[in-house]
Amino acid sequence: MTTDTLNDHDSHEGEHHDDHKMTGIKRWLYTTNHKDIGTLYLWFSFIMLLTGGALAMVIRAELFQPGLQIVEPDFFNQLTTVHGLIMVFGAIMPGFVGFANWMIPMMIGAPDMALPRMNNWSFWILPFAFGILLSSFFMESGAPNFGWTFYAPLSTTYSNGSTAFFVFAVHIMGISSIMGAINIVVTIMNMRAPGMTYMKMPLFVWTFFITGYLLIAVMPILAGVVTMVLTDTYFGTSFFNAAGGGDPVMFQHIFWFFGHPEVYIMILPAFGIVSTTIPAFSRKKLFGYSSMVYATASIAFLSFIVWAHHMFTTGMPLFGELFFMYCTMLIAVPTGVKVFNWVATMWRGSLTFETPMLFSIAFVILFTIGGFSGLMLALTPVDFQYHDTYFVVAHFHYVLVTGSLFSMYAGAYYWMPKWTGHMYNKTLASWHFWCSLISVNLLFFPMHFLGLAGMPRRIPDYALQFADFNKWVSIGGFAFGLSQLIFLAVVIKCIRGGEKAPAKPWDGAEGLEWTVASPAPYHTFSTPPKID
Amino acid sequence: MDKSPKQELNHEELQTVTSSSKSTHGQVVKKLLLIVFGMFGFGFALVPLYDVFCDITGLNGKTNGTAVSYTADGVDTSRTVTVQFITRMAKGIPWQFEPVINEVDVHPGEVKFVNFYAKNESMRDIVGQAVPSVSPGMAAGYFQKIECFCFTQQPLKANEDVEMGLQFYVDVDLPPEITTLTLSYTLYDITGSVDSSS
Repeated sequence: MTTDTLNDHDSHEGEHHDDHKMTGIKRWLYTTNHKDIGTLYLWFSFIMLLTGGALAMVIRAELFQPGLQIVEPDFFNQLTTVHGLIMVFGAIMPGFVGFANWMIPMMIGAPDMALPRMNNWSFWILPFAFGILLSSFFMESGAPNFGWTFYAPLSTTYSNGSTAFFVFAVHIMGISSIMGAINIVVTIMNMRAPGMTYMKMPLFVWTFFITGYLLIAVMPILAGVVTMVLTDTYFGTSFFNAAGGGDPVMFQHIFWFFGHPEVYIMILPAFGIVSTTIPAFSRKKLFGYSSMVYATASIAFLSFIVWAHHMFTTGMPLFGELFFMYCTMLIAVPTGVKVFNWVATMWRGSLTFETPMLFSIAFVILFTIGGFSGLMLALTPVDFQYHDTYFVVAHFHYVLVTGSLFSMYAGAYYWMPKWTGHMYNKTLASWHFWCSLISVNLLFFPMHFLGLAGMPRRIPDYALQFADFNKWVSIGGFAFGLSQLIFLAVVIKCIRGGEKAPAKPWDGAEGLEWTVASPAPYHTFSTPPKID
Repeated sequence: MDKSPKQELNHEELQTVTSSSKSTHGQVVKKLLLIVFGMFGFGFALVPLYDVFCDITGLNGKTNGTAVSYTADGVDTSRTVTVQFITRMAKGIPWQFEPVINEVDVHPGEVKFVNFYAKNESMRDIVGQAVPSVSPGMAAGYFQKIECFCFTQQPLKANEDVEMGLQFYVDVDLPPEITTLTLSYTLYDITGSVDSSS
């Protein structure tokens, strides 16, 4: 990860070669090593988290009190749009790909990813994609202002001129994700150590396997729909233009046909991470391993037939609304299986509460809150009240922040000793957890009530009666933003030094990654391990 | 870029380790790429699929885009359906556009003729395009237009006005629970796209 691993020539059993690492920037530009690329992905996603978070700070500052204080409404729209795009495509998705790169080869006993050079490419095009997206802030037209969902005709007829930059940025992100996903799937299919059958793979690997397939299936749909937006805007086609015989509602159908599986792309790997950490700190095997695998697969399948629950208010026929309502509620069944399995894993375990476990337990509770508000939103009749209010904002932030992001923190603390060779500073880590936990709930929980009371999302101003709650939400927002800097401090301290970590710092941990030294040697499993 | 031989060596080592499965990497990648390109195509195939689906279900209230000849067998005088007409202007078209009468009662199968008035209130020539939509959407498939100004573009010179006709009938098969139909026209300014295509 840094100088420590750089100088680390301790290769593992039976291998007698140098690490062949280049030095300086070239090492990172030309690297085909899965650990290096994983590190790049993780750092990139954390930088994006802070970037998207900075935009959110401006949003919350504007919403601190009613009226327009800091930004113009149009710029506010640009902030919400780019915040969403960066967090979804820049922070959460690359973050999980980083975990996949680091851990999957080590967990299945492979020496590296199957396609190391493509791996390098799929990372290194990402900074360009976000460079293009962010550069539009400095242009005359401004950044995209049509929401991360870029509904036509907002992104076509009424675009502020940023559509082309937006489309090309999304194309590059899409290509990167597809290449990353192909690499993950090929690695898992072809590179498992002898004896590692599919049903012996760690659940972490299973969730990435299924997520890889989801990405391969739906990212091309996103590429298609942004292409249609591009040609509608600049080349006179009428896919979504009613004047030319198109249909703007069709945009929403195609977009959400991508968009709903995308939701599970961002949460299935989180399930994988907590299914690794909870057994480790409960000192028990994961309860119901095979039911977890099947639940993951069913969620992935169901995600393809629920997309129109984002569109209940577009005037669908009653039959359509009922179909999508029941299919959506059906997802609660496999998700419930997972939650109960995590709880059953902890049941009568010898629990200890190290930071990864704290984040995992917070994940289980808070993600379940997000799941319940999702169930409420799935009910067609009440969705007419909740649609486009802060209730929706509260819902998806509970599943994405206290869900996906918290799981990544759990994973990061869990594997940080393996990555850096040092234990993280436990006091600072506890501060990070407790500050995050309290502030994130102050930030997002009142949003439920604001939404139920009728405050619309994506609006820079609000009615006076929402002022008190918004003040608290903003304070929670600033506190949560600052708390993430504690994590940055923990990581930097941990890379620089600290208590030396043994090969297996957690006594309850299982898996091949703990059989190699800490920090993990540059090359691992050049000879495949034996699995019985 | 100068690749050090060491880096190459490193790579070959990796490949020997994986050589047992190396031959199949390409095959798996090929299959996955097929899915990728297939799904990219599927995204575009959704466009005609959506049209067909809406045609069958009347999902988006789109009416038949071409003229039909009158084919109903007889008039069902036992039922009366109210057909309402509403118009709206898309953003930025400086026209006056409204139905001459706001609603009309018809028996299913009966042919009616109504007029719409349009006036270009600006100082430039504009080509308009009216796009019809029927609500409830389920009824769209039963609303038949024998003649409609919406089948063609409507070029109006500066300050010109015109009365435009619509001849229609409602199918006798219209589901009995539907007693009121609303026909909505949205008028778009398509001058730009007409100019560029000619």
